[in-house]
Amino acid sequence: MQELFRIENLCMAFGEKEVLRNINLTIRRGEIFALIGPSGAGKTTLLRILNFFEKPTRGNLKFNGLANEGEINNIRRRMSLLFQTPAIFKASVFDNVAYGLRVRGIDKKKIENKVTSALNLVGLEGKEMQKARTLSGGEAQRMAFARAIVYDPEVLFLDEPTTNLDPANVAKIEELIKRIRNERGTTIVIATHNIPQVKRIADRVGILLNGELIEVNSKEGIFTAPKDERSAAFLKGEMIY
Amino acid sequence: MSSAEFLYQGIIRAIELIFSLNPYILSITGVSIKVSGTATLLATVTAIPLAFALAFLQFRGKQALITLINTGMGLPPVFVGLFIFVMLVPAGPFGFLNMIFTPKAMIIAQYILVTPIITGISLAAIKAVPKPIVETVYTLGGSGKDAVIATLLEAKFGIITAVLAGLGRALAEVGAILIVGGNIAYTGSVGGIGEGLSYTRTLTTAITSETSKGDISTSIALGIILIFLNLSVNLLATFFQGRD
Repeated sequence: MQELFRIENLCMAFGEKEVLRNINLTIRRGEIFALIGPSGAGKTTLLRILNFFEKPTRGNLKFNGLANEGEINNIRRRMSLLFQTPAIFKASVFDNVAYGLRVRGIDKKKIENKVTSALNLVGLEGKEMQKARTLSGGEAQRMAFARAIVYDPEVLFLDEPTTNLDPANVAKIEELIKRIRNERGTTIVIATHNIPQVKRIADRVGILLNGELIEVNSKEGIFTAPKDERSAAFLKGEMIY
Repeated sequence: MSSAEFLYQGIIRAIELIFSLNPYILSITGVSIKVSGTATLLATVTAIPLAFALAFLQFRGKQALITLINTGMGLPPVFVGLFIFVMLVPAGPFGFLNMIFTPKAMIIAQYILVTPIITGISLAAIKAVPKPIVETVYTLGGSGKDAVIATLLEAKFGIITAVLAGLGRALAEVGAILIVGGNIAYTGSVGGIGEGLSYTRTLTTAITSETSKGDISTSIALGIILIFLNLSVNLLATFFQGRD
């Protein structure tokens, strides 16, 4: 698989606090890469850096050969990030989903078609005109998913996308993740501490612990023969600080 | 006549004055709306971009500016009036503009009083927009300009409330406009009531002068109109707060 992201010796600190240390990682085009680790391990920060949302304190990040310099907005437009709790605009479901298309200057007819198709995909057809803030938690997350994929991003970052959802909505989101990767070839990077979910959807896994990426391997490799003792302990469910 | 009867007679006379569309009363109301409306409009044009700059940009002296705005929200009107008066009197630095005792001077005074109010309340409304909203704009490919527009849409009812609070303050203000406007009405009787038509006399300044002259019914008529205008502004503000 072709390399999409390359991270070399990346460090991130907020003031005195170092949240990521010496991260080296390659993410391949079209894969579902899961970043797992306990809360506070630095998963969200790493996702934000990969999304060019934060600039690392040190180290290199390259997306498709492009460094984290220059036209960040153009690079970011090729990606999308879905938060754990979606921020919903004070507007209709349609307007929320159409947002990413409108800022790209797509014409009205195309927007209508794409939004309709995205809402059908996530099972929210018929709710176009509903105020988005009146949706249930699961529906809101699915709407945010539609909003994130409606403009066909090359990369979709998911930050704990199913944490607050019921099993039916978890299953739906997981099905959507697999579907857009398989049908559109979208690269997915998901941060989670839901190990069963990782087993269900990921191709490769990286384990982050206290800001260090202690192991990166295929899903099978990580779960059957972890190389690092700390990885094994974490996967067994032992709390590590 | 007891004070209750005195008040009752005053209210009856006031209602007659209002419903007979007395030119003196109408001209005072017109000046009030024109001066306060223009001052609020100009303050809005300044205050909203300023509030966005304070919310989105980092620059030197930002905290000092916020402190200045917060102080400005409680500026004593008479002090503002005195300051503008000193600036605009013929011997003052801007005396050559010949603005003292004109509606323009009153607009300047009210602009100074109202701008910090609209800025402060708008800034609070903008800051109340959840940070993830702005972050979502960026994650969906939006630019800084898109983030500002999204914030404006999220905070619109709060900003409208800020403008209405500014207008309410301007309509009710008396100290500054009395000093710089001079409470002038043209001489000569119009409709048998008052002194003629207003030049710089507003509802608030007219109430002070009519009351001091003992014309309580005219004062009450002006007071009813003033309360009606402020009530309308506040009803609108409450409506928009409810929509938020």
